[in-house]
Amino acid sequence: MNTRRPVAVLGGIRLPFARQNGPYARASNQDMLTATLDALIGKFGLEGQVLGEVAAGAVLKHSRDFNLTRECVLGSRLAAETPAYDVQQACGTGLETAILVGGKIALGQIECGVAGGVDTTSDAPLAVGEDLRQVLLDLSRARTAGARLKALSRIRPQQLMPEIPRNSEPRTGLSMGEHTALMAREWGIGRPEQDELAAESHRKLAAAYDDGFLDDLVMPYLGLERDQNLRPDSTEEKLAKLKPVFGGPEGTMTAGNSTPLSDGASTVLLASEEWAAQRGLTIQAHLVDAETAAVDYVHKREGLLMAPAYAVPPLLDRNGLTLQDFDFYEIHEAFAAQVLCTLRAWEDPVFCRERLGRAEPLGSIERERINVHGGSLAAGHPFAATGGRIIAGLAKTLHERGTGRGLISICAAGGMGVTAIMEANHG
Amino acid sequence: MADRYGQLVNTPLGRIISKQVGLPAPTPLERHELGQPVISGPVLLGAASGSRLTGTAASVLASIGAEVSTLVQDEVRRAAADAGLSAAMFNPDTAGREDTFKALVFDASGIKDSDSLREAWSFFHPTIRRVRRSGRVIVLGTPPETGQDPSEAIAQRALEGLVRSIGKEVRQGATAQLLYVAPEGEAVLESALRFFLSPRSAYVSGQVVRITPGDGDQPAVDWEQPLQQRVALVTGAARGIGQAIAEVLARDGAHVVAVDIPAQASQLEAVAQGIGGSWLEADITEEGAPAAIASHLLEHHDGVDAIIHNAGITRDKTLGRMDEALWQQVLAVNLLAPQRIDAELFSREVVREHGRVVCVSSISGIAGNAGQTNYGTSKAGIIGMVQAWAHRTGQRGVTINAVAPGFIETQMTAAMPLATREAGRRMNSLRQGGLPVDVAETVAWLASPASGGLNGNVVRVCGQSLIGA
Repeated sequence: MNTRRPVAVLGGIRLPFARQNGPYARASNQDMLTATLDALIGKFGLEGQVLGEVAAGAVLKHSRDFNLTRECVLGSRLAAETPAYDVQQACGTGLETAILVGGKIALGQIECGVAGGVDTTSDAPLAVGEDLRQVLLDLSRARTAGARLKALSRIRPQQLMPEIPRNSEPRTGLSMGEHTALMAREWGIGRPEQDELAAESHRKLAAAYDDGFLDDLVMPYLGLERDQNLRPDSTEEKLAKLKPVFGGPEGTMTAGNSTPLSDGASTVLLASEEWAAQRGLTIQAHLVDAETAAVDYVHKREGLLMAPAYAVPPLLDRNGLTLQDFDFYEIHEAFAAQVLCTLRAWEDPVFCRERLGRAEPLGSIERERINVHGGSLAAGHPFAATGGRIIAGLAKTLHERGTGRGLISICAAGGMGVTAIMEANHG
Repeated sequence: MADRYGQLVNTPLGRIISKQVGLPAPTPLERHELGQPVISGPVLLGAASGSRLTGTAASVLASIGAEVSTLVQDEVRRAAADAGLSAAMFNPDTAGREDTFKALVFDASGIKDSDSLREAWSFFHPTIRRVRRSGRVIVLGTPPETGQDPSEAIAQRALEGLVRSIGKEVRQGATAQLLYVAPEGEAVLESALRFFLSPRSAYVSGQVVRITPGDGDQPAVDWEQPLQQRVALVTGAARGIGQAIAEVLARDGAHVVAVDIPAQASQLEAVAQGIGGSWLEADITEEGAPAAIASHLLEHHDGVDAIIHNAGITRDKTLGRMDEALWQQVLAVNLLAPQRIDAELFSREVVREHGRVVCVSSISGIAGNAGQTNYGTSKAGIIGMVQAWAHRTGQRGVTINAVAPGFIETQMTAAMPLATREAGRRMNSLRQGGLPVDVAETVAWLASPASGGLNGNVVRVCGQSLIGA
């Protein structure tokens, strides 16, 4: 039990990501995740099988979806005996589920499992306001007609406005974009470099579709075949015309270099090498190691989305690697500025000395190796589904190359960052 | 005596009127107060590529606990990291207008030819308008005379024009200085950098100071009281600038031996008692005075660490009307006495190791002044004395420097005719007269044991007067 087994990534599949209130406006999280899970089952011939587990999650979740993933398993073509559980770690959810499933495989607790994530910003959960909630709870506790009447009499028209989930940090009141605008200011990230990164993301994703790279990674859903947000003709010049949406009128962040609110789902199949061999399934890559970090953006004023910059160094150390020892880097493009801040931080002697306690900076990364098939700026970012998109894409990229190593870095709300190392299957 | 105009234009109504009419509006200068940090506000550190002083500058900024930002330049970031500075990044392209600095420090020592002067432009162009009230601009360079080749010497010399022009452009009490740091002089840069960053240098601007390795030692000093355990002789200490010098040296920890003529005895005693010092009545022009001073210092203090030649008089007349007595009196007090005192104190080894001689020259000694041929001659002679002795005092760590005050608000200037006084006050970059304490702070800095790298300098305390070099 105490030996660590290699964790094989066999592949994944996802929905084309849709923009908020687009084609998936009426699709629920359960609809999307079940459809994606079924597609994965079909892709790997898992119909009727009992898997070790299915771990998935959503960031925005209805209260009725307390057992979302298990419900999806029951609605899928997997054997109903497959256990499941939900995970929620903001935008890190998708990658974190893979780390959890992979950890159990490594420990020999399970032979295979599915990691996934889903999110809808269209079919969003609305909550009743706190005042009304208290009234309704009191009403349900009331034992007599008089008590019920008394509770009902406290309802006021203004309490009927629902609470809409907000994309803001409860402890700062700032949206993620506003937080990132602060980071961009702190790190001196300019508008042109952000727009350039965004345009590149679109170009690369468009190329990935055109080359057929995504043919077996993305399945058509509700009439959508490609990510709705993708603009193959996007250019720095066009992006430069957009007005700033975060950081005030002089801000550098626009709707073009920030990810839009999106809907979608993704799943990935992980297994032990033996399990894969028994079924004759190809191992695309290995999930080698992972590290999650968090920063104090409340009191120490570290940038909200800087945690990946902290997570990667110990991950490298533990694996005896340098930042340059990778052939591919998958850095989640929540905002172009987030990627650029992270890169600059790793290059910066002051950050590396003062905050990471390292004598030398981690150094630069070859830009051509980052997000080679496009990133979240082009594809969109249904929060919990991004991890699965990245893992499946990187696994296939490594498999096609036949050798090499990839680094995944995903920033998450709440000042967290989830990172992982994958390697091509040399077998 | 008080600068009533300066006070008036700094009232709300005065501000409106002076702005409407276009009158000069002097900014009240920030001055040093005990317990205040060296600099109160963020410092932006930048460098020309290949500069050699950035690391030292960063270390000094770290040791004063400054809040530092740097441009996104790898060399500077590395220097900041090595100095343990948690420096922020500053990108002028993305910075908001509210991002301002108390000081801009630019290491120009990497500028090796005239084309590279552009690096100075790129640093200052987007930042110069971000300098705060009573802000500081400091450029570090290599003394042209130590340049590797003519190109480097030319480019480094060019920095003087840049800094002096910046001094005239920056507003609201901000100052600009050029520190030429000789090879190996880095170790003793701290004293000068601290002085010029701090409000102690309030009325010093447009100055070019040379820093040499000296005897190489940077003694550990308590920067709050660098003159602790030091004995300082101050001539002409009964009033005016001399009194301020005595007070500031005492504040910085020195035991002051205050000297003035017997006619000033009661005032002299009061000054000395007020600062816990001692006093010695002496007419320094008398033949026996140097010996008496030397004996007093040996007997009561076993020597002296700092000699401040401050005593000075004016006897103004145009040369054609000036009789010999007026000429001789001024020369005797201002130029001959300091030489005789030094000769006595050095020959009898009264001056201890790492001794400091600081002479008070004058802007009249640099630029000349009508009606002051005697005074101008004596004060230019003081500069000659500093330059002549600077090479010869070195071996025991002794240094000699001068301050050259411009228009300082004293009883002497209060007695000037109104028009001359107002012209003197306003014709400088800070648009106001200095205070005796401004001269005193500069003297105290040069007298500090940490200032071993400063030798043979003449530092003007003139608010960058339009008069003179």
